[in-house]
Parts: sequence; structure tokens; C-alpha cells
Amino acid sequence: MLKVEKITKIFEPGTVSEKVALNQVDLVMNEGDFVTVIGGNGAGKSSLLNAIAGRFEVTSGSIFIDGTDLTRQPEYKRAQWIGRVFQDPMMGTAANMTIEENLSIALRRGKIRTLNWGIGKGEKEVYINHLAQLDLGLETRIKTKVGLLSGGQRQALTLLMATIKKPKLLLLDEHTAALDPSTGRKVLSLTDKLVKENRLTTLMVTHNMKDAIQYGNRIIMMDEGRIIADIPLEKKKNIQVEDLISLFEKTSRSGIANDRLLLA
Amino acid sequence: MIDILISAVSLGILWAIMAIGVFLTFRILDIADLSCEGVFPLGAAVAAKMISQNGDPFTACLAAIGAGVLAGLVTGILHTKLKIPILLSGILSMTALYSINLRIMGKANISLLRMETVYSKIGNLFHLSDKASTIFVGLIFAIAVIILLWWFLNTELGYSVRATGNNVYMIRAMGVDTDKMFMIGLIIGNAMIGLAGALIAQNQSYADIGMGTGTIVIGLASVIIGEVLFGKRNVFQHMVSILLGSIAYRIIISLVLEIDFKIKIAGLIIPISVEPTDLKLFTSVIVAFALSLPVIKQLSAGKKASKTAKS
Repeated sequence: MLKVEKITKIFEPGTVSEKVALNQVDLVMNEGDFVTVIGGNGAGKSSLLNAIAGRFEVTSGSIFIDGTDLTRQPEYKRAQWIGRVFQDPMMGTAANMTIEENLSIALRRGKIRTLNWGIGKGEKEVYINHLAQLDLGLETRIKTKVGLLSGGQRQALTLLMATIKKPKLLLLDEHTAALDPSTGRKVLSLTDKLVKENRLTTLMVTHNMKDAIQYGNRIIMMDEGRIIADIPLEKKKNIQVEDLISLFEKTSRSGIANDRLLLA
Repeated sequence: MIDILISAVSLGILWAIMAIGVFLTFRILDIADLSCEGVFPLGAAVAAKMISQNGDPFTACLAAIGAGVLAGLVTGILHTKLKIPILLSGILSMTALYSINLRIMGKANISLLRMETVYSKIGNLFHLSDKASTIFVGLIFAIAVIILLWWFLNTELGYSVRATGNNVYMIRAMGVDTDKMFMIGLIIGNAMIGLAGALIAQNQSYADIGMGTGTIVIGLASVIIGEVLFGKRNVFQHMVSILLGSIAYRIIISLVLEIDFKIKIAGLIIPISVEPTDLKLFTSVIVAFALSLPVIKQLSAGKKASKTAKS
């Protein structure tokens, strides 16, 4: 499904602020994989997602989805395969547009926009059905501007928008980190439900090791722009947070002291 | 007084077309496109040149729209393809257009006195007085612009343009090329500003190289006055508010021009009167005040809060 081959990303090469964000990263994901990515600050988790999504071009290496080479494709073209939810709940929706207008945009992800009406015949019913599944009461508020919703509601809507047209790959970049703990848990269980129901191939970055263990079928641990551990389902089943920490201490070069990883 | 109000209303309607062009870039795309200061006289110059050579005034309006499209395209390329910040892109277009407008007109101004205009043509057709035909023609164009834009902004493409002004990250993640959307928005906005230039030149019976000075501020004033007085619930209502805001702005201006009295301070008689040349200062003050309202509100709220905290 997804094949990442030896991608390297160097920001500001040749300057004093040169930073190697990704260092020869290889990753293969199979259809239906739900992979969680953990690691400290600056480990390259978000950079990996951004490289796949096309926020920047990689310095070297290649990225394939189902055999199509995406490496030099601009971000907006990759959107036909990739659905995304960002860390910032404000980033995934258009605040001055209504819920139905946002969903209309999402339903047309990756398609050429025409001069047909933004909301076609019978589409509203589709939106209402999907919104009802979120269980947030949004189905009665489809003409509400998204800017009026809470962070949690917006993030749930973004999740729906990323999946309403089934993506080949779903990228979740710490999408619950900016929410309060109980809202974060709700959005996370909603994520799990949507991923399972639609059998979505998903790559989820998280700071929370418990979440990484609870969700998905595989854990990837990153450090200094490299993947330092890849834990398959069989090993993941019985793993504990303590095991992950000791694994990290053994393999990491940056050390665990003072790292947000500990907060998990 | 009634005469003043009628002429204020008719001017307000004509200038509303320009204001809605500014609305498209300033509110929908969320960028300040200064090129309108050059595009407005460009539309006027193109139309005046054609009409002065006995061209059809409606064709002249279409040509002015076409000129606006080209100007918007250039600003769009400067901003999106060449990555020049939008303020500078607008200033570059505006400055270049000064020379181009002089080239088109061949001199600093063209008189359209006693020439056939859209107003005289439609006035003759429906046997309307000059004033009535100005309002009638202005309303036809303004309503047509509002309906066309309302339709466009509710198409798939229009949604993408609106989302681009809202949140480029979101709309890129949804597979839309934001460069194209900025380009489309700038083209449509400037097309309308070119049309407005053509209509106003015909209304005042001349085109002048200096007539663009201050258009962006007048456009912003109309947008903001409209929003404050009449609201912005949805795109359609927002544009109607701007039409009304543009009329309100003209009425305010014409009332301000009536100010003429003398005050006596310590034996000195000081005349207070507003000259037409003061209007740009007045308009800038209105816009500056309106744009700083959020900060002013915050400051006064902060003071109130600290007062209650002390007590």
C-alpha cells in the first residue's frame, strides 16, 4: 500500500541551522494497517507525516502509494489518496463556512472542482447520516458556521471530512493533543470506530504511549529522524508502557531525560 | 437636499460594484489587493477611449471587464507564481497600470460629454430622465454582479475559492491548488473593478488618470460600513450589505460636505467647513477607526475588567 524508501529531509542544508529531520527512513504499510508512531520532540514523527502528505519535498528517497510515485507530486495532488487530520483543530476546517459547505468540500477531495452547485441533490442526507454517527448533535446544525463549534467538535468534523470520501491512507498528526483529556478520548475512540468500520490504512502520531498500545496493530518508535523500533501486532499485544520506555532508553541516542515522552 | 440624496444613492450604487470587487479579495480571499487603484482607472480609460471614438458603450464595458481580467491575472501571477507578497504585487500592478492607462488614453483625461453612454442609451430606450437612468442602469449592473457572484460562490469552485481565503492548509489537504484559487479570485474581483471604472467614467462624463487614487479605501469603507450596519449572515446578504454600505457611505460623505459654520473662540472667528479635497482624509479616518474597532473593544473591555477587579 504505502512504501517509503530511504527518505531523508534536511532543513536549511549548509547553514548553521541545518537540521536533519528525517534520516534514511524506510517504511512499508499494508492495506488495513493501523500504525501508531511514538517518539520524543523532534524525533521526526510529524516530519514523516508531512513528507508523505507533501507539505515539503524530501531531500532524497521515494514515496509510493499502490505503486504510484508521489515523491515529486505537489501536496494538493496527493490529496486524492490521502486524508489528514492535523494537531490544531483550527487547521482542518474552514471557519467561515458552514458544516455542510465544509463537508461538500471534503466529499470532493482530490476531484476537479466544477461550476456545479457546491451541494448536489441528495447530498444533505448523506451529510446528516454521517454527522449523526458522530453522536455530537451536529446533524441538526448543518447550516452553522464551523467557527462556532468547540475544538473537539471541529476535530471530530475534521475526522469525518478526512474519511467521508474513503482515503487510501489516513494521516493523523497528534490530532487529540490539543484537546482536553476527556474530549481527546472521545475523538480517539471515534477515530478507532471510523478506521475499523471503513478498514482504513492509518498512520497515527501520538505522544501518548498508552494510546499507542491501545490502538492500532503496529507501533513505530522514532528518534533523531530514524525509525528505531518497529513492533508488530504479536509483540504489541502484551507490551506495557514500561517496556516501551526501556526499549526507548536502550535504542535512543537522544536519551529520555526531560522528554515529553515521559509525560505519557 | 433631496437632490443631494438622490445623487448620493446613484453614486453609491455604481461604486458598490467596485466595493464588491474589493470584498472578493479583501473578505473572500483575505488579502488586500492594492492593484484596484490602477484597475479602476484602467476600466475607465479603456471604456472612455472606445466611447470617444464612437464605440458602443456596452462593448466598452465588456472591454473594461476584459482589461480587469488581464490585470488580475498579472497580479495573480506575481503573487502566486513569482511568490511576491500580495501587497507588493498589488503596488507593482498599480504602478505599471499608471503608465498603461496613459498609453491607452494618450493623454491625462478624456471627456465623454455629449457621447453615447450606457445611461443615455438605456434612458432613451425607456424614456427616463438622466438621474433615473443612472439609478436604473446602476441597479441592473449591481444586481447582476451580486447574483452572478452569489451563484459562483455557491458552486464547487466557489467553495474552493472561499475555503482558500479561510484556510489554505485545509483546502490543500482537500486537493485544491490554492494558487489557482487566488488567481481566480483576483481575476473576478478586478473584472468587477474594471467594470465599475467604465460605469463611473460614463456617469461623470470623463476618465482621468488620477481617478483611481483612494479606491481601495473607498471600497474598504463601503465593505465595513455595510457589515456594521447591515450584517453578514451569508454570502448573498453580505454582498447586499455592501451595496447598502456603499450607498450609506455616499450619503455620509454628502452630509459631511454640507458642514459649513463658524465658531467663536476668544474673539476669534474660526470657519469650519469641509472641502471635497478633505474627503480622502475623512474616509481614511473612518476606515482606520472601523478596522481598529476590535482592538478598541478589547482595550475598553480590559479597562472595565481591571476596574471591577480593583473594586
